[in-house]
Amino acid sequence: MELKLADYKSDLAPDWCPGCGDYGILSALQTALYKLGIEPSRAVLVSGIGCSAKTVHYAATYGIHTLHGRPLPVAQGVKLANPELTVVAMAGDGDGMGIGAGHFVGVGRRNPDLLYLIFNNEVYGMTKGQASPTLELGAQPKSLARPNLQSKVNPLMLAFASGFTFIARGYAYDVKNLARLMQQGIEHKGLAMIDILQPCPTYNNLHTREWFAPRVYDINAEGYDPRVPREMSDAERAERMARFTLKATEWGERIPTGVFWHADLPSFEERLGTFLPGYPKTAPSTRPPGGESERARALMRGHRVAK
Amino acid sequence: MNGMEPQVIDDFTWRVGGPQGGGIETAATLFAQVLARGGWWVGARREYHSNIMGRHSYLDVRAARRPTRAFFERVDLLAALDAETLARHLDEVKPGGVLVYDPDAARMPLSKLPMLDGAAYKRIAAALGGGDPVLERALERYRESDVRLVSLALEPLAREVGEAVGADAITAKKTLNTVAVAASLALLGYPLEFLDAALADQFAAKPKVAELNRKVAAEVYRRVEPLADVALEPIGSPGERIYINGSHASAMGKVAAGLGFMSYYPITPATDEPFYLEAHPESGVVVVQVEDELAAVNMAIGASMAGARAALTTSGPGFALMTEALGFAGLTETPLVVSLYQRGGPSTGLPTRTEQGDLRFALGAGHGDYPRAVLASASVEDAFADAALAMNLAARFQLPVVHLMDKYLASTTRVIEPFDTGTVVPDPGVVATDAKGVFPRFSLAAEGGVSPRIPVGTPGAGYWITSDEHDEIGHITEDPELRDAMMEKRAAKIEALRKWLGPEEMYRTHKPEAGTLVLGWGSTEGVTLEAMEGLDMGYVQVRFLLPFPDLEALLEGKRLVVLEYNQSGQFAHLLAQETGRKPDHLIVKYNGRPMTIEEVRAAFEAVLSGEAEAYTVLRAGV
Ligand SMILES: Cc1ncc(C[n+]2csc(CCOP(=O)(O)OP(=O)(O)O)c2C)c(N)n1
Ligand code: SF4
Ligand SMILES: [Mg+2]
Repeated sequence: MELKLADYKSDLAPDWCPGCGDYGILSALQTALYKLGIEPSRAVLVSGIGCSAKTVHYAATYGIHTLHGRPLPVAQGVKLANPELTVVAMAGDGDGMGIGAGHFVGVGRRNPDLLYLIFNNEVYGMTKGQASPTLELGAQPKSLARPNLQSKVNPLMLAFASGFTFIARGYAYDVKNLARLMQQGIEHKGLAMIDILQPCPTYNNLHTREWFAPRVYDINAEGYDPRVPREMSDAERAERMARFTLKATEWGERIPTGVFWHADLPSFEERLGTFLPGYPKTAPSTRPPGGESERARALMRGHRVAK
Repeated sequence: MNGMEPQVIDDFTWRVGGPQGGGIETAATLFAQVLARGGWWVGARREYHSNIMGRHSYLDVRAARRPTRAFFERVDLLAALDAETLARHLDEVKPGGVLVYDPDAARMPLSKLPMLDGAAYKRIAAALGGGDPVLERALERYRESDVRLVSLALEPLAREVGEAVGADAITAKKTLNTVAVAASLALLGYPLEFLDAALADQFAAKPKVAELNRKVAAEVYRRVEPLADVALEPIGSPGERIYINGSHASAMGKVAAGLGFMSYYPITPATDEPFYLEAHPESGVVVVQVEDELAAVNMAIGASMAGARAALTTSGPGFALMTEALGFAGLTETPLVVSLYQRGGPSTGLPTRTEQGDLRFALGAGHGDYPRAVLASASVEDAFADAALAMNLAARFQLPVVHLMDKYLASTTRVIEPFDTGTVVPDPGVVATDAKGVFPRFSLAAEGGVSPRIPVGTPGAGYWITSDEHDEIGHITEDPELRDAMMEKRAAKIEALRKWLGPEEMYRTHKPEAGTLVLGWGSTEGVTLEAMEGLDMGYVQVRFLLPFPDLEALLEGKRLVVLEYNQSGQFAHLLAQETGRKPDHLIVKYNGRPMTIEEVRAAFEAVLSGEAEAYTVLRAGV
């Protein structure tokens, strides 16, 4: 049966505020899965807690709405148990860059084959607009009692430092380009992260749709080539890192979007496969049952008193 | 061991003490293997500091003609590989027992022992008559308690013998453990061929090292005169027996029950399990070392949601970090096993010492009400069977199961009959076979609260999972009626589980007709049973703490004694809560050292003679 875009939509109506950027992100994600022809039942969307986290309920795939900060570990568990599935993890900026930041670094070091989306609205939407870790020092959106006393973390730079192999930024209301980025991220063999600029009209009156619209631009359309070969000379590496850093830290009159870094490293599944016989084919959720008792006996042989 | 005729030995304990990292563990394993090969039932326990190198550490190896599960305070032979061992184990060799020591060590003043902490220094100095005693005084003390002193300069002997068989000085020094074991066995008159075979096996991967050690052992045998009045002899053949500790047994039980995934963050004494599985890819388990316990528990939950059989190991501090996710597993009805290796708490506490201080924590971990099962293993045999049972309970009832272990079980290695792996059948749980379209994963039409399950990613179907309260397909709900229905459906699992288990799985008894019953849980069973031999007392081992077995009839009209490793009597409180019976005597220990047979025996005798207080603290141990 031919799949239709409607097959990726659940029967549940979103309960986000009118004008929320999350609508655009949901739409882009459904479009990307549809365009890639991924069977909805072979996709698992995993979120944390926050406005952003509700996304999984609106897609007609499998959806796991986890704890605050924990989508990444849950998503990795799903993927490593069943590497045949397409797994997309997503988090609010508080969820992903605050309470779950340790997992952000951890997952980068492993490079599992996942797509990870950060819904970056610079506030904690769900708990009524407190500062998130991506809010600028000194900024005071309307629900803050005083200006923000903490500096912001840059998800692109942290992703780079943590070893992510695909690093991108999208804009929630450029659904077409965002869907394209998500498609690329899913197709990337390894860990892909997209930092998504997401207006929150209810609590973030500083960075609105009107503020973003004239600023965002596509670096790849301007000729920025993100591809990084496995082997590079020191000079080449230095040049690419400098180029990445300049783009990733640009913020103001112009705000870059697109793919910033696209490297090629063995995925965690491949790394596991070098030690576990037959993995990923023998992954725990896909191998046929049986053989448990033999495996236990094989272990027991090593403990015999008389060999 | 006095007298001229060599005495028949039924039960013998060898203790080896020395600096951590110096290889005494290798020595103890070797000693244990040599005796096990001769048909002895061997058990070895390990005591060590939270330190990598240098601090005092010791192992007891007990060999008996029958299987044993506990240890004595006083040993038959103490091999002191350093001066600190001489100082720390005063009064711990039986009268007539043997002390093997280095004459150089005896010339040291106590203040010169580099790793002896202040509290121990003060205590030992006082015991030796004050001042800064030279350890000759320790020797006098041993002599006064009828211990026979055998002076053997082990290190020079290792060097000399090593060189005599053609090894350079550094390599020769590495044979110190072999020298210690060989010297002890030679004194006891145990045949060399068993040591020779064990060495060949221990160093099978390094033939040259094996050769050197075997030569060294033979040379030590030539030089050491056997004691005239003791003869430790082989008593049979080991047959199929295995030599295994609680950690490995627990790992093996999980594998037999189909374990597919284990994520972990290193913590003593829980890491041995995943580390062992990492080293054995033939187990088929995906093992991932992660950034913290939050990741470990949530990753295992994700794997379980996708259909893998998933388990974790941790100890108190790690379990504390896992509690939020434990409730997540409970609410989302996700099978999950956590083997909780208890160690001395609170906080970082006594990282390498044993305790049963996490019972209340395991019972109550997490916010809100959700069903879970909590069971405790008493032995290596239990660790295998309980780990498998925990996996199957988790799968069948779709809930988190906390499997309580402790440091004592983790690091006590015993010779046992092999596990019957054939008796473990992985329980697939209640699986829906014809799922199509939107699937009611949390269906309220659930027998015993268990809705038929399919893993996420099952082709042709779909559903949602949320940490919020939810409806049957997994969408968020705050509807009051649905809330009640879901809470009641989940809660129903506990009674269903209790029924499925039956009372035989939930507790076991020993002489329940006695007028005085001791109750215990977890690893106290071994020491209790041995300490009460010949006394008019019975025993109840409570295996399931949640659900709690129905014990009222059994305890009716009995005098009750509870024995456990924590200060507040956590099990005693639970007993009172579940049965309305407050124990007449509570015997506890919380210094981190395993209960000794002697001290438990004395406490029981005091109960029977009417001299015991309501609350007794056991304090033995080094
Ligand atoms: C452990 C824990 N702490 C705090 C909360 C409360 N909480 C719910 S959502 C949220 C913040 C969400 O902000 P963000 O991740 O940026 O998502 P957004 O709502 O902005 O999409 C917080 C703090 C929680 N659910 N769990
Ligand atoms: S509070 Fe902000 S992020 Fe949350 S739904 Fe409303 S607009 Fe969206
Ligand atoms: Mg946010």
